[in-house]
Amino acid sequence: MMTKIAFVRKKEIPPSAPPITEVGLIGWLRQNLFSSWLNSILTVLSVYFIVIILWDFIPWAYGGHWNTKSLRECLDLDPDVACFSVLTARWKQLLFGLYPAEEYWRPTLTFIFLLLAIVPILFPKFFRFFWFSIIYPGLAVWLLWGGSFWSISIVYIGLTLGALFFLTLIRRYLKNYMIAAILAFLFTAVFFLFISNPLVGLLNVILPISLPFVESLKMGGFTLSLIVGVTGIVASFPIGILLALGRQSNLPVIKMICVGFIEFIRGVPLITLLFVASVLLNYFLPPGTNFDIVLRVVIMVTLFSAAYMAEVIRGGLAGLPLGQHEASASLGLTYWQSQRLIIMPQALKISIPGIVNTFIGLFKDTTLVSIISLRDPVGLASTIRADQKWNGIYWELYVAIGLMFFIFCWGMSQYSQYLERKLKTDK
Amino acid sequence: MSSPTLPPSESFKFSMLLSDTRYRGMSLQVITFIIFMAVFFWLVDNTIKNLALLDKDVSFNFLWLRAGYDINQRLIPYTSDSTHGMAALVGILNTLLVAFVGCIIATVLGLFVGILRLSKNWIVAKLMSAYIEGFRNVPVLLWIVMVFALLTEFTPAPRAFKGAEPEATMLFFESVAITNRGTYFPAPVLAEGAYWLLLCFGLSIVAVIYFIRYANKQKKDTGKSLPTFWISVAVIIFPTLILFFAMGQPVSLEYPYLKGFNFKDGIHLRNSFLALTLALAFYTSAFIAEIVRAGIMAVSKGQSEAAASLGLRPNKIMSLIILPQALRIIVPPLISNYLNLTKNSSLAIAVGYMDVRGTLGGITLNQTGRELESMLLLMGFYLAVSLLISSFINYFNRSFQIVVR
Amino acid sequence: MEKTKINITDEVAIHISDMNKWFGNFHVLRDINLEVRRGERIVVCGPSGSGKSTLIRCINRLEEHQKGSIIVDGTELTTDLKNIDKIRSEVGMVFQHFNLFPHLTTLENCTLAPMWVRETPEKEATEIAMEMLEKVKIPEQAHKYPGQLSGGQQQRVAIARSLCMKPRIMLFDEVTSALDPEMIKEVLDTMIQLAEEGMTMICVTHEMGFARQVADRVIFMDDGQIVEQNEPEEFFKNPKSDRTKLFLSQILGH
Repeated sequence: MMTKIAFVRKKEIPPSAPPITEVGLIGWLRQNLFSSWLNSILTVLSVYFIVIILWDFIPWAYGGHWNTKSLRECLDLDPDVACFSVLTARWKQLLFGLYPAEEYWRPTLTFIFLLLAIVPILFPKFFRFFWFSIIYPGLAVWLLWGGSFWSISIVYIGLTLGALFFLTLIRRYLKNYMIAAILAFLFTAVFFLFISNPLVGLLNVILPISLPFVESLKMGGFTLSLIVGVTGIVASFPIGILLALGRQSNLPVIKMICVGFIEFIRGVPLITLLFVASVLLNYFLPPGTNFDIVLRVVIMVTLFSAAYMAEVIRGGLAGLPLGQHEASASLGLTYWQSQRLIIMPQALKISIPGIVNTFIGLFKDTTLVSIISLRDPVGLASTIRADQKWNGIYWELYVAIGLMFFIFCWGMSQYSQYLERKLKTDK
Repeated sequence: MSSPTLPPSESFKFSMLLSDTRYRGMSLQVITFIIFMAVFFWLVDNTIKNLALLDKDVSFNFLWLRAGYDINQRLIPYTSDSTHGMAALVGILNTLLVAFVGCIIATVLGLFVGILRLSKNWIVAKLMSAYIEGFRNVPVLLWIVMVFALLTEFTPAPRAFKGAEPEATMLFFESVAITNRGTYFPAPVLAEGAYWLLLCFGLSIVAVIYFIRYANKQKKDTGKSLPTFWISVAVIIFPTLILFFAMGQPVSLEYPYLKGFNFKDGIHLRNSFLALTLALAFYTSAFIAEIVRAGIMAVSKGQSEAAASLGLRPNKIMSLIILPQALRIIVPPLISNYLNLTKNSSLAIAVGYMDVRGTLGGITLNQTGRELESMLLLMGFYLAVSLLISSFINYFNRSFQIVVR
Repeated sequence: MEKTKINITDEVAIHISDMNKWFGNFHVLRDINLEVRRGERIVVCGPSGSGKSTLIRCINRLEEHQKGSIIVDGTELTTDLKNIDKIRSEVGMVFQHFNLFPHLTTLENCTLAPMWVRETPEKEATEIAMEMLEKVKIPEQAHKYPGQLSGGQQQRVAIARSLCMKPRIMLFDEVTSALDPEMIKEVLDTMIQLAEEGMTMICVTHEMGFARQVADRVIFMDDGQIVEQNEPEEFFKNPKSDRTKLFLSQILGH
């Protein structure tokens, strides 16, 4: 006994609006804030909590003094509001350390150029400006430390000559890359050992371009944090790649050295390595050498960052679709060629969020140099607080420094999340 | 039938060292090894020369020499007459204490924040997100210094508790005092019968273990579940509590009290310890919260849908399906963060807390001038801790791997 | 092809009337009216986005409907948790992506729900599980983990897992869409076997051969509405609506 089940819809049902409790403001409120008893209680508690905090914070911040000469003056005027005058008085120091005031344009320009130099790397559209990113390190060093223009550019000149020498050898005379590389290396070494200094002297006479010299100990504030952080991350990049490749290698000696290095660095706190930089590094170098402290710190920070970078890149290499190695090998590419053309670009693309996270961590870690008495913002905070005029201030100063770090780091992490999302959809 | 021709055998050429796959690996390793050894010997040679110039030698004898300095926070007996080695040990215990307490607080906070971050309640989720981003994006050293400043500048001096109308009062029924010299808690005083209490407590725990086993067996055999959680709580608490009162309260509290300008008695937690531990705990909790969130989100929605469509209730879905899978993802990075917290504890010097770096790598190093040896020992300690923790992570990964073809 | 005709009783298993559902502003299910008798086997087909998966997910409350009513085995689906639990233990569901619990063995996957929802002792639960695993023809995989099984085997385990709760209604949500072609047959054979034993089932699927062999009714949905329904032979031979004709030409073309 089957009832007739054939059915054909004659009239289309048009879409209609959902009931009012589902959408719009009411719907959103119901689903997100008040969907159950527990949620409603949580909402009320949270709102109460936020209101309490803002109730105290806003009047304190809004009515703050910006122009008094000391903390005492602030307190005399009105002890219940913020004393932001410390920032007005000391913001230059927080940004530039003890850098001579008339030269402030130099670190500022360096920072602006930094942003410009990053663009070709982060946005492939502008890759034709990559030459700027390459000359930027030399430009930055010259702008910050000063001295003769030629002493810095001689490095670029020497390396370029060496590269040209190598290419000429390959094109015209030799087939073997290895021998050509060794010869070019020797040529560059000879250049730097014997020719560079007289050449610099000559150029200085013909066309003197120089900036007043500023010593490292005068650098401080956020400028110092950026110098250490950016140099560290950029220099650690190639080292990190080599370490990651070495760690994966089949050759036991290379693998052991790389693994040993990475595990050692990751096992000790950065502060011990910085301490090594400030105290012990002199023991490891020939007697009589005396390195610039900032340079020593940068070296240690670079090595530190390289180990973490290596792990991130290792993760990227692991995330590669299987078979890339086999595919490139079957095309006849050598190890280095396949790395350069196929493996690394893909691995690096996957690793970018991890690399940005490493950079954020590194940038935060630059505050540790305050413990070996370099004048980064945290170190400066202690100095400022020790000053008689500002003795006892803490909220305003720390909140300002914290806010600067927060803006920078949070901005970078938002960028990294944006990248991750883009990479996911890119596939 | 012709005999097969063999390929012509090649004679050995030097360029084969690099181009022939049979020799290439070996050659590269030999070259690397030589370069590595050369650099290593150069470094060692420099060090020897430098040490000779300064008339120093390498020895660890200093560990047995008299230290000559005081450490104001310590877990074991120590005086300025103890050896440097003892001072190092005090420092190590201080480091481990901060790490241990910090990790516990960080885990509890991190779990709480991480789970709340997943809440459907928009305000709560945003608040938790603000917490996480706020702590993560500010350097930990700044937090340590800030919390320390807060505890020393914002809190009253002990003498503010004095008088009939004191400016400051103690919390929790006159038992806890937060001052700018530290926080004072009541200290437990163990009288005669206290050890019986401990025994009773231990027995309760054993009883709970057996009870849980029994409950599991019951579940297997009859299918019925027993309310294990509440019964366990009752068994742990009540016997010991009853015995406590029956024996006339053999554990009492020694309250801190104000004498002169300072508090006496009770447990005194200095601000350096509190600042370091709390700052590290809050900072690390933000990272743990993200790990917890990522772990729970990594378990695909289909898992809870399948479980729900089988009729499982939400709390069972969480405990039987989601958590076991989420924990496998959460535990390795969680332990990694414990390691980070331990390493970050070396920033203790910024607030004057005597951890291993403050003693061995700080005062001992300065007084004896034994920079190389102290740093080696210091780094050795951290390496040992880190290797221990890494091997634990590896062990965990291997034992709890989800089996895949 | 012999079509097995089972007695469809008069008892109503699922009764959906004037059911409407919105996802935000999107009206995904519009005025759905559907009555499923006990023993009836229904195939639901339609283009993607037509709401067919959403429909069956509303039946076991994986999705909530905003208007109208759904009554399963005499119990109405509301926000009352007790009703939802009762209905879920009577209705089994098999998913497109299997959703087996990867940290448990096949056997444990199957005994989990009986032990924790019905408080069945372990021994009895294991017996039931082995019985179901034999029914889907993979008893030897009882102690393997899902990661060690092929797609077809995993889906059959998923079917066995649902059967262990002795449901009276089975819902299949595109269960062969994620399988390699050579494994589709083994899963379809299992479903045919279930159908021949008289299980009330609603299958969302593209497998029209299966529909022809097993279904008592084929329903075509588009734009959130039931556009056409009929017995399989009539449905495939004489589709009445233009939209049905278009859909069939796309599906049966290759």
